[in-house]
Amino acid sequence: MRVSVQEDRFELGVEAEAFAQANNKSGAIVTFTGIVRDADQGGLVAMEIEHYPGMTLRALTDIAQSAMDRWSLGDALVIHRYGRLAPGEQIMMVATASRHRKDAFEAAEYLMDYLKSRAPFWKKEILADGAEDWVASKDEDETALTRW
Amino acid sequence: MDILYFAWVRERIGVPRERIESSAVTVAGLVEELRTREDRYAAAFADLSALRVALDQELSDFDAPLDGVREVAFFPPMTGG
Repeated sequence: MRVSVQEDRFELGVEAEAFAQANNKSGAIVTFTGIVRDADQGGLVAMEIEHYPGMTLRALTDIAQSAMDRWSLGDALVIHRYGRLAPGEQIMMVATASRHRKDAFEAAEYLMDYLKSRAPFWKKEILADGAEDWVASKDEDETALTRW
Repeated sequence: MDILYFAWVRERIGVPRERIESSAVTVAGLVEELRTREDRYAAAFADLSALRVALDQELSDFDAPLDGVREVAFFPPMTGG
């Protein structure tokens, strides 16, 4: 299991390949990657991601560990960036390895649901007209946790 | 104790962290103390349902006791992922 909180970009292909190689006895690998999306159709200049340095790594580690405990996983990877990101840049990724795809898919969804609402990150959109908007949490993100 | 603020809570209060001497017993009591300090605190803490709190870097709630707590953080609901 590996958790990384970083400002630097990561290479999705490199990370996914290294994870797959390290888990080549597993029958299934699932990866998910979040990308900065311009929801405003051309108005987004950057996404600034703030985090709580003292808490973030531990929160992500706890979330990843609970996924390891809950599903039959051989391994799990969580990478989450902070700082100023441009549209199209990768924000974060998760990867899970298991014998069967069901565990790998479910655990990846669980990781995503918890990263959204329980990891101390806050996103701010910087728009072309100079406006800055904190991204509001959605009720459905909180509701998503109840299925676990 | 150290009080930390993140995202728009930090922007409204104007500092990322500060050290405060408080005799409040619970987080809610601390919030009440802060609210009476200045308008910027009252603005930041106007709606507690829009806020989350962590005690010593663990998510907690507003009823939680502050006994032994060294670091309190206030922030809006998280938007990771």
